[in-house]
Order: sequence, then structure tokens, then C-alpha cells
Amino acid sequence: MADDTARQAQIVLRLAGITKRFGALIANDAIDLDLKRGEIVALLGENGAGKTTLMNILFGHYVADEGAIEAFGKPLPPGDPRAALTAGIGMVHQHFTLADNLTVLESIALGTQSIWSPRLDRASARARIARLSAEFGLAIDPSRPVSELAVGERQRVEILKALYRDARVLILDEPTAVLTPGETEALFATLKLLVAEGLSIIFISHKLKEVMAVADRVVVLRGGRLAGERRTAQTTRRELAALMVGQEVSLPKAAPREPGPVLLELQSVSTVAASGTPLRDVSLQLHGGVITGIAGVSGNGQAALAGLLSGTLSPRSGQLLIGEAPPPGWSPRAALDRGIARIPEDRHAVGTVADMSLTENVISERYRGKPFSRYGMIDWTAARKFAERLIAAYDVKCPSPETRIRLLSGGNMQKLILGRALDPDPVVILANQPTRGLDIGAVAYVHARLIDARDRGAAVLLISEDLDEILSLSDRVHVIAEGKISRPFARGEKSVGELGEMMAGLGLEAA
Amino acid sequence: MRLEPKPRPSRVMLVVYPLGAVAATVLIASLLVMTSGASPLFVFWLVLKGAAGSQFALLETLTRATPLIFTGLAVAVAFRARLWNIGAEAQLYVGGIVTVVLGTGLLPLPAPILIPVIMLATILAGGLVLLGPAILKTRFGVDEVVTTLLLNFVVLLFVSMLLEGVLKDPMGLGWPQSQMVSADARLPRIVEGRRLHYGFVIALVAAFAVWFVMKKTTLGYEMRAVGANAEAARFAGIPVNAVLMKTALISGGLAALGGFSEVAGLKGNLTLDLSSGFGYTGIVVAMLAMLNPLGVVAAAIFVAGIFVGADAMSRAAGVPSYIAEVMVATALLTMVTAIMLSRYSVRWR
Repeated sequence: MADDTARQAQIVLRLAGITKRFGALIANDAIDLDLKRGEIVALLGENGAGKTTLMNILFGHYVADEGAIEAFGKPLPPGDPRAALTAGIGMVHQHFTLADNLTVLESIALGTQSIWSPRLDRASARARIARLSAEFGLAIDPSRPVSELAVGERQRVEILKALYRDARVLILDEPTAVLTPGETEALFATLKLLVAEGLSIIFISHKLKEVMAVADRVVVLRGGRLAGERRTAQTTRRELAALMVGQEVSLPKAAPREPGPVLLELQSVSTVAASGTPLRDVSLQLHGGVITGIAGVSGNGQAALAGLLSGTLSPRSGQLLIGEAPPPGWSPRAALDRGIARIPEDRHAVGTVADMSLTENVISERYRGKPFSRYGMIDWTAARKFAERLIAAYDVKCPSPETRIRLLSGGNMQKLILGRALDPDPVVILANQPTRGLDIGAVAYVHARLIDARDRGAAVLLISEDLDEILSLSDRVHVIAEGKISRPFARGEKSVGELGEMMAGLGLEAA
Repeated sequence: MRLEPKPRPSRVMLVVYPLGAVAATVLIASLLVMTSGASPLFVFWLVLKGAAGSQFALLETLTRATPLIFTGLAVAVAFRARLWNIGAEAQLYVGGIVTVVLGTGLLPLPAPILIPVIMLATILAGGLVLLGPAILKTRFGVDEVVTTLLLNFVVLLFVSMLLEGVLKDPMGLGWPQSQMVSADARLPRIVEGRRLHYGFVIALVAAFAVWFVMKKTTLGYEMRAVGANAEAARFAGIPVNAVLMKTALISGGLAALGGFSEVAGLKGNLTLDLSSGFGYTGIVVAMLAMLNPLGVVAAAIFVAGIFVGADAMSRAAGVPSYIAEVMVATALLTMVTAIMLSRYSVRWR
């Protein structure tokens, strides 16, 4: 292009015509991608668009059926993870691959020295790490154990690890998914420094705002194909969103409704500190036909609140009332029997049994009694029909109801969980981080379904760290901080800044 | 070398790989046979003949397979729910104790009533033996591998105590053995003059019953879900601890039935050598069968055949019958490798 400087014109990585099929599914369909020296390219796409497959091919985890990869002008042999590393391509994974029992220094130097050398040459490693961290603003103490590091710091270690191995191309997979806004900004500053030094970066994301903020160029994948390529300077978020999902998306504008009766209530509930921050004297009313949003930074008692509604946690003091009365005995099964639908935060470890089929997973909350079992015998025909119905109704993309759920993408898994939760027409719905890690198409879908449920008269409790999500969806908002909860605010009553201050614990307004 | 999961293991490969495993086992065992100076082909032919070469050999193999089916099922059921029951040996002996206590005249009942009564009592006793470790696991987080394994020695010493004390046969010439169970408590032979008894039929019925429970019932579904992801199961409202208790009762009960079958069908009384490690070999059988209850029957017959055949072979060829142990161990290793290969593809370099 005309505005390319000579420095940028050098192509460091070229993927040409990459095609990968898994059975009938085409995960990548003739994808071309060029990365130039000193540029940040965002790889944008929905879940299942083929981003991860493409990167797995680049790193030799999969072998492409067609196409070739060139790094710094030399062809990269397929199916060899070491080839990409030695060619100077480094990857920072979404889920970090650090060992808790090692120090930062050991984690970074691990595997870089011959296994025959009797010990780590710590002095030179330390000097090198110090130089890299100073140069790129990646402040970290190399002698700290990894187990003590916060998420943002662990990510810095991952980036340092790649730089330590002389990476000239960095690939970041959803790097901001786990970061606070402050950490995100620091990361972006680091990325700008890196490209100024001549490195090149592929930034995998589905967050349009961040893509626009950090990338020079955006490559959009949709359904395994290249949907389009834009320079960020010459495009808009709306256009990118349209490319990504194939149609214009608009966030649902949920018209407010008359609040119905109180369906679930917490009265001065405190919980034990078994896992995470306990709740302290929390009172909360969930009305039918209302989406109640809980805004807050993660780790401030959301887990305990979700546990209370899920049935996995009982109040230590105070009362949980369903309708008018406290339930006799509280357990996940009791919660389900009372018509509480739960969408858990962790869909892989808690929401589904990864090695069981879709059919087996969709009946997990309802396998007792009709229509899925009689006299202790499961009616697999009915279960399979139910799975097929949910797959169709909730637009789950999967080979068959007998597929192990492990093989589904995050978005499809979440749609299935949503279907399982909403199908029995629940009275109360707990949606804990329901859209985390999903692409905007799936996010819009989940939101629309939650609003549908609200319009049917259900009480929805939405717990999310994404303030945009809370504000666009909730009829009323509570802020949670340090296990305490604010009074409810009506839509628009508080500005984003005011809510942010409360989330940071600068004083919740008492009810 | 790296492993890459196959999206869908092909059905052909699920047959080809296990057959390859058998071939590899034979190959490795051949090397061993050659070191003792015998011809592998001749030795294997003798093993095969000894295991299935005649009606006598075949029935002997099935007789030997019977307790292995019970212990294999016990292990398969427990492992499926991730309850690591290493104590099938203990549960089997407890089954033997119950059989001789009830079967030596304590209950004057006719056979059609007495045998089911003894079986029920046996199942219950074996289940209770495993219930203890299961409760310790769910309540206090005590590792059941340790408790069930150590209980094997406790129970064996307890049997020894009984056989030197209250259960000692006064007519036994001082040997540590119990009285013979009464004729009404004996399981009849299937073929007159051969050792194979109706315990084998009970084992087949048990295998089918376990298959049915795992596949078709809510309990089987619960057990599989708990084994695959206990946290997700708990979240979905499956009573995980109760499921583990039920698993323990079933698993312990199955192993104990093996003890009943050996006493009532084969030995007639309780001795300290009632089991030649059937509880431990049951683990091998269950793993070879990939925890599939019907596969357990095949695996048990395979393992029993090697042992029976090797005994016959060693008499004829002078190769030590320990070769059987090696073959079974090798078979386990190659089979586990084959299972892995059928699910993952290996990429070199």
C-alpha cells in the first residue's frame, strides 16, 4: 500500500491458502495472511471462526490439508512445533502455561538450556530478563514464585518468556480476557513498544474496542473463511462487527417492564469464607420481570452470591427466601426443584461433563423422573430427542447429539447450557458471567435469550465483570465490593464513573 | 514425539489396535521364551492347547475366569465412578467368610432358598467392607487407594485368625481351614465330572446386569457423570457422595460374590489360599476391558486362559509358568498403549 514505509514492507510471516478440514467441517478455508515487520494485526472472529485452528497450524499442532507457511522468507515445515519457535515465532496463550512451583526466572529460562547442563546459569539469565523488562516496560521481579503473581503479571512473564527466546513475531491469544482495564492499557503500551523495536504481533481477539485501539490492520474470519481485511484507520467498529457476524448486530435495547413480585430474596445474608470473599450482611430482592445486574471486580463475593443461588452454598446467618418462605434444606437439587436455572461461571469444569455426549449433558439436571427416566431407567430416545430440540432451538453447531461436549467451541457449549437452563421455564435465572470469552454473535444471542426469559416474567440475576454488559441489560444494578452490596440503582441513575468508583471499593452508598 | 487427539476414533481402529497389542504381547513373550531355550511357536501352541485345546482345558479356563469376572466387574464399576477400589481381594475373602458362616449349618434351609440368602448376605458384607473407605474418602478426604489396599492385609489376617479360631474345622487335622459348607449351600457343577460350576453362569449374569445398570439406568448415568467430572455432577444436582456410597456397595458386593462363588462352587471351604490374587488381577482384567462390563468377561477369559495354558505348557516344555505373569503384564501394557493410540495420533518430531 502507498502509506507503507520501506521498514514495514518486509513480510515476516506469510500464510498462503491454508485449508484444514475435520471430517465434513472445514475449519479453515483457503486463508491468506501476511504479517509485516513492525505491525500489529488483529485476528478477529467469532468462536469457531477458525482463529485457533489457524494458530495451531502455524505452531505445528495440526498439519494443514493445503497451503504453506513462510517465516522470514523461508518455508516452515508443517507439523513441527519447534520449527515455529526456532523461526522466532512466540505464542502467549489465553490459559497460561506456567508452573506454580517455579520462580519467574526459572519459568522463563525453562527449556532454553541444555538438559545436560548441571544447573541454570542464573546470573546471565537474570541480566537478560532485567534488560528485556526494562526495555519493554514489563516490570517483574525474577525471583518471585509464579504462584504469587497476579494474572496480569503472569501474562508479562509469558511475554518475557517469548522475548527471551528471541521471538520476532508474537502471537497473543485473547490477551485481555483476564486483565483489568489498567492492566490492559499497560499491555497495549508494551505492545506498541515491541512493534517500535521491529517486532510483529498477531493479536487474536473478539473485542472490537481493543482491536480498534491497538491494531494497525484487522483480518476478520467468519465460518473458517476470510471475511475481510481492513486498516483500523479506515474502518469502524460497526463495519468490523458486520464482517465478523455477517450481519449488522445491535445490542438489545431491552425496554423496561413493570417489576413483578419478589421471587427470591436475601435478608442480611452472610456466608462462610470457604472459597473466596464471603458475603457480609447482603440483602437483595429479585423481582419477576426484572434483570438485576451485579457489577463488580471479580473476587468481591460474586462466587458466594452465585453459590447461594446455585444451591452449593447456604447462608451462615440471615435468610434466603424463595417466594415468601425459606426453602427446607438447600442444595443444587433443591434450587432446581424450586425453578432456579443456573448458568455457571466456568462452563468447562462446572457447567458440563466434557467427556460425556451432548445428550448426556442436557439431561444432567433433569434425568430424574419424566420424561427422561421411569422406574430408574433412562429413556435415551427421549433424551436424544430433547438434545436435538435444544440443538435446533439454540442454534448449537455440532456434528451430532452423540458428540462429546469437549469438542464444542465455547459459544456452542454456552448455548447448550443456556438451552438446558431455560428450557424448563425457570422462575429465577442466575447468569454468572454468561458471555465471558464469547464472540459478539454469541453474546447478542445470550443477551436476547435472557431478555426473553425476563419478558416471560422470570427474575434474572446477572453477575458480570463487564460493565457494558451490566448496563446494557440490567433494569437495576447493584454494585458488589468486598462482600458487601449496594442499594439497587435504576437504569441510568449512576454514571459509569460513579459505578466504577464504587466497584473499586471507594464506598458503597448504603441503602 | 507428540500426541494429537483424534476427533473421532474409527471403529476399525478400535479392533485393529487391540489385535496389534496381542501380537506385540506374543512377540515380547517370545523373546523371553527363547532365553529359556525353547521354541516360542511350540510354547505358544502348548499354551493355547493347555487353555483351549480340549473340553477339559476350556472348562478349566472358564473355571479360572469365574472369580476374575467378579473382581474385574468390581473394579470396573468402581473405577468408572473414580472410586479407586484396590481392595477387591479383601472383599472377596469377606464373601468367603460369609459363605462358610451361613453355609455350614447355621441356616437349615433348602438350597433354592439358602443360596440366594447367602448371596444377598455376601453382597451386603462385601459392600460394607468398601463402604468404610468410601465414607472416609467423602467425609475426611482419606485416599481410598491406601485404605482399600491396606484393608486387604487386615482382612487376610482376620481370616487367618478365624481359621485358627472360631471357624477352624475340628476335623481338619490342624490345618487352618474351615468346615465344608453343606450340600445345600453348594453350587452344582455345569458338566458332570468337570470343575466348572454355576458360579460362572452367575458371573455372566452379573456382567450383563452391570452393563445394563451402567448403560440404561439413572444410577449408571450418575456413576459415569461423577467419574467424569464430580464437580459438574454436584452442580447439576447429582448427589455425588450418595452415588459413591452406592458404587462402593455394588463394587464390594461384586467382589464378595467372587468369594462366594469360589467357596460354594469350587473349594467347598474357606482357606487362606482361596484367592491367588484374584482381587489384584481383577484390576488388570478391568483395565484390559477398558472398564466395559461385557469386555470384562472376555478379558477375564483371556487372562485365565494364559494362566491355565501356561501351567500346562510348563509341565510339557519345562519353561517356567511365570511366563504367564509376564504375558499378562505385557498384555496390559500393550493394551493400554493400543487404547491410547486408537484415541490419539502420534506425530514424530
